[in-house]
Formats: sequence, C-alpha cells, structure tokens
Amino acid sequence: MSGYSDPGFDTLALHAGAAPDPATGARAVPIHLTTSFVFESSDHAAALFNLERAGHVYSRISNPTNAVLEQRVAALEGGIGAIATASGQAALHLSIATLMGAGSHIVASTALYGGSQNLLHYTMRRFGIDTTFVKPGDLDGWRAAIRPETKLLFGETVGNPGLDVLDIPAVSEIAHAAKVPLLVDSTLTSPYLIKPFDWGADLVYHSATKFLSGHGTVIGGVVVDGGSFDWERSGKFAELTEAYDGFHNMVFSEESTVGAFLLRARREGLRDFGASMSPHTAWLILQGIETLPLRMERHIGNTQKVVEFLAAHPFVSRVGHPLLESHPSHALANKLLRHGAKGAGAVFSFDLKGNREQGKKFIEALKLFSHLANVGDCRSLVIHPASTTHFRMSDEALAGAGISQGTIRLSIGLEDPADLIDDLKRALKAAEKAGA
Amino acid sequence: MQFDVTGHSTYCYSGGKPLDPAKPTVVFIHGVLNDHSVWILQSRWFANHGWNVLAVDLPGHCRSEGAPPASVEEAAAFIVALLDAAGVAKAALVGHSFGSLIALETAARAPDRVTHLALVGTAYPMTVSPALLDGALNDPQRTIAMVSTFSHSMLAPPLGPGSWLYGSSRALMRRVLASNTDANVFHIGFKACNDYANGEQALAKVPCPVLFLLGEADQMTPPRAARSLAQKAPGAKVVTVKAGHALMAEAPDEVLFALRDFLK
Repeated sequence: MSGYSDPGFDTLALHAGAAPDPATGARAVPIHLTTSFVFESSDHAAALFNLERAGHVYSRISNPTNAVLEQRVAALEGGIGAIATASGQAALHLSIATLMGAGSHIVASTALYGGSQNLLHYTMRRFGIDTTFVKPGDLDGWRAAIRPETKLLFGETVGNPGLDVLDIPAVSEIAHAAKVPLLVDSTLTSPYLIKPFDWGADLVYHSATKFLSGHGTVIGGVVVDGGSFDWERSGKFAELTEAYDGFHNMVFSEESTVGAFLLRARREGLRDFGASMSPHTAWLILQGIETLPLRMERHIGNTQKVVEFLAAHPFVSRVGHPLLESHPSHALANKLLRHGAKGAGAVFSFDLKGNREQGKKFIEALKLFSHLANVGDCRSLVIHPASTTHFRMSDEALAGAGISQGTIRLSIGLEDPADLIDDLKRALKAAEKAGA
Repeated sequence: MQFDVTGHSTYCYSGGKPLDPAKPTVVFIHGVLNDHSVWILQSRWFANHGWNVLAVDLPGHCRSEGAPPASVEEAAAFIVALLDAAGVAKAALVGHSFGSLIALETAARAPDRVTHLALVGTAYPMTVSPALLDGALNDPQRTIAMVSTFSHSMLAPPLGPGSWLYGSSRALMRRVLASNTDANVFHIGFKACNDYANGEQALAKVPCPVLFLLGEADQMTPPRAARSLAQKAPGAKVVTVKAGHALMAEAPDEVLFALRDFLK
C-alpha cells in the first residue's frame, strides 16, 4: 500500500488480514478446517512451540482462517491484534482470566448484558474474583468502587437495557489513574459506530454473533488489544510482567512491549481453557464483516425511522433510544458515536401502555419481527422481557430492573422500513384491542 | 537483562538466557522510535540456537536510561561501551534502519570487535524528508501514523496469529515516544539518520563480512537508496525479500533465514 494514511474502514473490512491464497490463488479466504499443521522438520516444530517462528501448530491455539478474522477486527478497531473465541462470553472470560486470579476485583457497569452480569455476579465470585457494580454514568461511583486489588474497569459502549452510553473518556481516565485498564464490550455498536480505543479504552471485545456476523448464523467472540496500556508501568500485573513458568519462563511484556496481553491470552488462555472458534465460524463472520459498513448504515437508518414512528404513537409511553433528546445519553451519544445519537445502534426497548397480556399479544401479532433471544441479525427481532427472559420476576422486581410489563426490545434489521413500520402498527393495534 | 553502560542502566533482551562466554554473541540494534521487540522472532530464535543475544533498547528508549544518542557516532560509541559492559570481546551486529547506520559506524570504529555486519532496511545517505523531520518534532502522533503507513507493504502479514502490524507498529512508536518525557526520541533519531555523513568512509574500514538485507517494497529506505553503498563493498552479500521497511515483521522467516545463513 502507498500513501499518507492507512486504508479506510470499508477497505479494511474487505481486505485486512487477507491476500489471495499463495498456494491456490483462491481470492476468498479459504476455510482451513484442520486441527493441526505439519512441521517442516523437528527444528521447525521446536521453533514454533517456542515462539521463535511465526506459524500455526494446533487450531485450538491459532488457525489461518481465524487469523484473518483476528487481523480484520483488530484493523477495524485500530488495535494491535485480536483473539477469536468460541463466543462473546468466552472473550470476556479470556480477558478476565488473563489479567487476574483469585483475590482480584473488577468494577463494572450495572448496564450489562445479562450473561455478563451472571458471569461477574455469580460465576467469577465462585473463583474468588469479586465485582462491584456501578451505574455507568456515576463517575464518582466508579472512583469510589476501586480497591487496591482492582484489576479492571468494564462497561458496554451502549448498555443494556436502556442504551446508557458509556462515557469512555471519563471512565478510562478513572481507570488509568488507578493503573488499571478499561475493557469495553462494543457488541451493539460494532467498530463501525464507535472505536473505543480512540476514546481511551484499552481492551475491546465483541460478541461477533451479533452485528459482525450479522446474519444470525454462528456464535463467536473476539477480544482486541489497543496496545496502549503499559502493564510494566502499572506494576499491578505480574501475570504479564514476571516470568511465567507455565510457558517457557516467558516474561510476556519483555517479549512484546505492546502485545503482552494477547501473548498470554493465546498461549495460556486459549491453550488451557480452550474456548476457541471453529474456522468455519470464523469464515462466516468474515463474510459478515465484508458488508458491515453497508449493513450498519441500513440498520441505523431503519432504526431512526422506527424510533420516530414509535415515539409518535399514542399507545407507546416511552422509547429508549438516544436519538430522542429526552434520553439521558442523548448528548454523550452525539459526542462519541459515528453519526451521533443515530449511531447508538439498532437494538432498543420501548414501553407499551398496556399490561403483561397486551405485551404478549403485541409480540404474537407481529409477522416480520421474529420472536427470539438474539440481537444484531439482518432480520428484525423482538422479545418481551416480562413474558420471557424476566418472566419469573414480580411487577415490583421488573420495575427495579427498569422493565415494565409493557417493555418490548427490538433489534431492527435490514428489511424495507415501511414494512417494519406496518408490522409494528398492526401489532400495536392488536395489543391495544386486547386491553379493551 | 540490565547492564550499567557508562553509568546508565541499559536493557537488552537476551531470550531469557544468561550470557555464555562459550557462545558467539549477536547484537540487534533497532531503528528510530522502536525498541528491542521489533526483533521478537529473530532474536528469540538466535537465543535458542547457540548464540548470546543482546537485543538492546537504545539509551533513552523504553527500558534503557540515559540521553538518547544525538548522532550515529554517539550511538556507535554506546554500542562499544555496551560490549565492554557485557564483557563481550567480539559480536555480530545486526541493525535495522537507524540501527543499521549505528552498526556500520560501530564496525568501523571497532573493527576488531565485530565479526559480522548485517544492515537491514538500510540506505545511505539516509535522508529524512523535511516533512518527517518537522512532523516528528511538531506533530509526532500524525507523523507516527505516516511512518507506520510508509513502513508496511501488505494487508496480510504473517508475523504471528492475530497480529495487526499497522496497529502494533503505531502502538510501539507511541509507547517509545511516551517512554522519554525529557527528549523527543523521534526527532532526535530522524535527525541523527539525516545528519550521518560517514557511511562510505566507515564501510571502507570494515573488514568483516557484510550483509545488505533489504525490503523490495520498502518506501522508507528503498533498495535503490542502498545501492551505491553496497557497490562500495564488492564482497557484500545483498538479499532482497518481499516486504516493506518493517521487514522483520512482514517477512519474518525470510529475514531469519538470511541472517542465519549469513552468521553461520
């Protein structure tokens, strides 16, 4: 490549990490469905195992198809490298397990995906890692929650369920003052709508199942290192700065001045926990990423039209999208996201002026929206938390979680927006009638 | 591994191994706004194949104290002092870019201390454009991005699984710049390259074998810019690999094999 600047986002989405296959000339990325790779000689084998030469040994640790995906997401995020994992949850777990052990502490946003909340609140506690949850906009709360054993601050670019936008510049400043990194889940925004590293985040991960893949076909995750956090200067991460007898007595931060986290995450975390991605999955996610810029434009364009429709509908009491000036994150979304508040993504909730039964009726009356537990599909999706994910909760408990009986979560797809609006209009009428 | 070199703590990556007087030694010298880690694969290979490795952080860069060398000559005096501090009588020198000029000048000043001279991604004169010199001083972040772009030639490099070289080279340059709050090692390094005028005279004094290891797509130090110097060393070996200026990362095996064959 030549010129004064790196290739742009759309070019990287198609080309980063991939070149025509030197053996066959194949232009598309080949799927390397093989567990292992033949060594040229005993010396070659030893050099690969000892990280003296680049290459692949065993697909749990690395694979050529996965490597393309890893380079591509790292390029789109502006990072130094990435690791593909079996799921977004595996990416979060790999990040945590690489940075800390029992006795450590995390400060996390309350506005998290339920799976992340479970991992931190229940499962990691069983392994001796404690988490304090703070409201994402409560900067004093973030500061106050930090303890001497805190190793990580963690939030979502746009949080569940209310689309609270994380003030990444402010929270990263708090993290860095405490000599710890900020990890950000950017699943709902994708690198197209925000590049968290540009705002001060140190590590980013995605559930690639969602917008990166974009077609609702595979489960996958990816964690990216921005290469900006100085583990040695921090002094809090012996895992990365002291000799590790579990891997050739390697001091990861000496081996790679900026890549110590990824080195340990791959050489220990993927090796030992084994939550790696199938090359077939990596290939499908790569297919999705090739059209990510085009899809995200359509996702947020459709979302804007749907939000405007719902906000004006008499049977809707609230629409929780930062596009609306009344949303608490409206200003922050305008500051941080590509396209401003419109870039707060295509997944949001709204409240019907109705009871739990009317919420169910609304869902059942929809024809284009699919009722299921996923987001970020090219098809539009819907779920009614009060009758599904949160159905065991009392009305009072639901209210405490910011969910009403009539709360509906939508993930807006790529269909004709007029058809989506017609579908919603019909279902709203059906729900309204059910309460009569 | 830390050494006291003229009163300053100096870091050298050694592959995690102590110096063994029975083994030959190879010194790896990085370029402007880099550190030892640009040799991550090659230095580790040599450290595990019968060599003592000293992949140095130049003074004022990352883990090494002291003022950053303001000239190639000053840096060469430092390398000789490093060999003294490490108790190494003779060593092979491998330098990249700015580091190649340092290696060349060191070999000329201390010909009895240098067994091999490998000039990687080199040019002479190593003219640095006014835009880069000025940018390094006045707009270093933007200039880091320019240098990173100029230093790479491919979007699918093979350094290691999942590494994105454009991003990692930018991150390393930012880290090295931030590691010295007293001096702008970016501008000082570029100026030292641009000012160096002793290349041909230095080469004439070098008695040991010489390797020119060049990247055919190098936009920072294009192979043609090394041609006149290479012609002054008729015995020199010239190897060109398919890579840009960041050839240790873009063509790690080819660089390793060229160095391995040269240092045999």
